[in-house]
Amino acid sequence: MNRADFVEGLRGGSAVALASAPFGALFGALAVENGMSLSEAAFMSATVYAGASQMVGIELFGHNVHAWLIVLSILAVNFRHVLYSAALARYIGHFTPVQKFFTFFLLVDPQFAEAVKRGESGRQLTFAWYLGFGIIIYIPWVLISIAGGMLGGFIGDPKAVGLDILLPAYFLGIVLGFRKRDNFLPVALVSAVASVLAYRYVGSPWHVSLGAAVGILLAAVLPLPPQEADLEADAIQSEVHEV
Amino acid sequence: MEFDLHMALVILAAAAATFATRIGGYILITRMKSIPPRMEAALNAVPAAVLTTLVAPAFFIGGWESKLALIVALFIGLRFTHTWMLVAAWIVVMTWRHTIGA
Repeated sequence: MNRADFVEGLRGGSAVALASAPFGALFGALAVENGMSLSEAAFMSATVYAGASQMVGIELFGHNVHAWLIVLSILAVNFRHVLYSAALARYIGHFTPVQKFFTFFLLVDPQFAEAVKRGESGRQLTFAWYLGFGIIIYIPWVLISIAGGMLGGFIGDPKAVGLDILLPAYFLGIVLGFRKRDNFLPVALVSAVASVLAYRYVGSPWHVSLGAAVGILLAAVLPLPPQEADLEADAIQSEVHEV
Repeated sequence: MEFDLHMALVILAAAAATFATRIGGYILITRMKSIPPRMEAALNAVPAAVLTTLVAPAFFIGGWESKLALIVALFIGLRFTHTWMLVAAWIVVMTWRHTIGA
């Protein structure tokens, strides 16, 4: 275990931990508001560990929806992680099976973005770095969910304190981090339009899978770029640093 | 502070589903000997495509203050870090809601 890499991971992940803290608190508060107990909310943060889908989950719990539908919705929201783990494969071949287990368990959006960025920068993606980056997000996430559940009564309406804008703004930041990739603009535009249409006519959470599928398909059929694909490494390097 | 068994089982099922998505792509891709260029192009598009679907509907259904906040955040994001995007979006939303009204 490389200590320097681990510490570097901790440092990188702490920015994400800080940025995700409001969402952890919000999740805890909304979970309790929707009838979950504190321990159930903590259990969900600790086992599911996926912000957006946890939010979807508690919303459905509140509506007395069938269990299978809750699980299916969470699967749909998290379906993007199939593609994350596929994209990450080329950088983690040297991990042991146990290390891979933790790698996939901790694979949230910013973790993926930063891990790919590091892999593409040419430096080896070490498990020490990955674990440091991951646990400094994971542990506060669980603790802050509990704190949010306890303080929930004080937050009141998330809109009144402007919390509702932070999640989309946060995802927008991650999207921008990839703006120098091939076909970024057509992919982003097509995914945006498709997801809004799916949201309108199919419903949440399917807009995530459907919108993404259209953008990814477009990237697959667009003319392939010339073979110097490594230009992309420096492109991603410039962004996705904080949060 | 009760811990409902049914609720716990649903949460565990959700956790298993999430873990399945997080390992599924890896299992699929490592079964294949090499990655065809078109599949690689598709994989490279994954982050932008997926994350866009988390932003666009929020822009679409959000009020005018949310739309303005995201546009401001977009321009801030072209020059500054993500933290500043969050701060800018939050300031726009709060200013709008506390002056013009929600």
